[in-house]
Amino acid sequence: MTYYAFMGALEQGFAYGFLVLGVYLTFRVLDFPDLTVDGSLPLGAAISAVAITAGIDPYVSLLLAMLAGFAAGAVTGILNTRFGILHLLASILTMIALYSINLRVMGRPNMTLLGKATILDPLTNAGIGMFNAAPLLFGLLSFVGLLALLWLLRTAFGLTMQATGANPQMITSQGVATSRVIILTVGLSNSFAALSGALLCQSQGAADVNMGVGTIVAGLASVIVGETLFGGRSIARSLFAALLGSIVYRLAIALALSFKLGQFSITPSDLNLLTALLVVAALTLPGLRRKVLRR
Amino acid sequence: MRRLILLCGLLLCAMSVSAADYRVSFNQIVEHPALDALRQGVKDELQAQQLKVSYQDHIAQGNIATANLIAKQILGENPDVVVGIATPTAQACAQAIRTIPIVFAAVTDPVGAGLVTSFEKPGGLITGTSDMSPIGRQLELILQFIPKLKTLGVIYNSGEANSVTLVKILKEEAQKRGIAVEEATVSNSAGVTQAAKSLVGRSEAVYIPTDNTVVSAFEAIAQVGYQTKLPIFAADTDSVKRGAVAALAVDYYKMGRQTGEMVARILAGANPGDMPVETLREFQIHLNPGSAAKMGLHVPEALLQKADKIIE
Repeated sequence: MTYYAFMGALEQGFAYGFLVLGVYLTFRVLDFPDLTVDGSLPLGAAISAVAITAGIDPYVSLLLAMLAGFAAGAVTGILNTRFGILHLLASILTMIALYSINLRVMGRPNMTLLGKATILDPLTNAGIGMFNAAPLLFGLLSFVGLLALLWLLRTAFGLTMQATGANPQMITSQGVATSRVIILTVGLSNSFAALSGALLCQSQGAADVNMGVGTIVAGLASVIVGETLFGGRSIARSLFAALLGSIVYRLAIALALSFKLGQFSITPSDLNLLTALLVVAALTLPGLRRKVLRR
Repeated sequence: MRRLILLCGLLLCAMSVSAADYRVSFNQIVEHPALDALRQGVKDELQAQQLKVSYQDHIAQGNIATANLIAKQILGENPDVVVGIATPTAQACAQAIRTIPIVFAAVTDPVGAGLVTSFEKPGGLITGTSDMSPIGRQLELILQFIPKLKTLGVIYNSGEANSVTLVKILKEEAQKRGIAVEEATVSNSAGVTQAAKSLVGRSEAVYIPTDNTVVSAFEAIAQVGYQTKLPIFAADTDSVKRGAVAALAVDYYKMGRQTGEMVARILAGANPGDMPVETLREFQIHLNPGSAAKMGLHVPEALLQKADKIIE
């Protein structure tokens, strides 16, 4: 793997880091399998691209993207809690609806940002190369995001959120309306997914309506890889592990891309298989090693 | 810590060495007969020009995030020329790679995609070939089969930038000829059969543009065409083999050869920013009389003589 490929994997790992934190929030904290992210990630990208094209400051466009993502997640939450639609189906419905909405937002399937202002401009103007600037900035942002989430989870609302996932009967008997908590948490999770989309479209030069394909797969894989490799009991460690999981997942893809054993080069069509195998290896090797050492 | 060491170990198996004069890296969005033929065309042209080139082929397997990772990977490979095949991969390359010449291919609307400022003078380090379909001539071909055509169906993925551009042009060209266009959109190849069926009774013939999603499920459309005697026309020659009545089309292999020619000029020292974006010089007509019969059409004699290829 070259330096550029490594930095590229870091950049994507951190950019998708927000998504992974969001997925952790719904999937692990709230126990709510949420597929909305496949639609809210490109929604964030679309909003950000449209805003930047309209001359709005790129940083402000991030906030707009998060607001839109929150609304998308809240719709899933409302479908689930107010209309009684099963959580999985509610999120699928929002996700497929978002495909059309994203096309409406952009007015076309692909919106270019090549040559437009982005959040990376202050860094590149200061003389930092693009391939260093993006991982640096995204790493910083995702660290701030992680701290903010950690703070939130320790507030009274955060504790209610955790309790809603862990023991809904108990928290209901305490007089808390779980539906409000669910709507807000799924909304928050999707605002994180949308933020990922906004960061990605600015670093990759275009928002595309198909960029959401496989988002939830990548999100879940990252959460589980992180948990297995770096996880622990405390919520702080779990969040940190999720973020690291996102980076390991992208490194696995970068590694699969540059994989060569002597003269035997893997054909491009093997990429997804190889990525899957690398993740399996990352998950099982530590355990195998422990077993061997014990004997 | 032990986990870290293991991870680092995993990261260390890589690197390649080559003995060729030039290096060319490909970034292709998805495996697809037309796009694969294009890539082969580039390689054949460079070989025909007796250039010693080593290749790095990358295919993003339909995932745009992976396409961006590939662009970074290519930056590290530091080739002499990067070839970006299809719009999203070309954009990913243009964003990540600023110091290496980029030649894009199979991009319908490179100006709309933000890749170049104009066809004549692309600017920067980027140029390439556009696969804009000759839609006016394609409509004329359909009219040769069905002179009194009043409604033409079209199936496309509303999420593909190229297709949206093509359908916009199709509508303009159809209107000039007094033909109404009925649209059916899909968002993935699983929806194609349903879309084809929705056009039965709404249109007298169906036109399939060079849409990656729809073309990958072409057999499904041909089936509907056979069952309901609805003639299907394609915009790529490969689909004629797969059941279309006829196509007047860009030959992607030839487009690859033409793209390869541009790559060769850049390897010889030409500046990509000064090389106009090229469209294909010649088109091909492929016919499938068997399909035509099954779909209730008769192939005009004049066409049989003009065709470049007739599928038996």
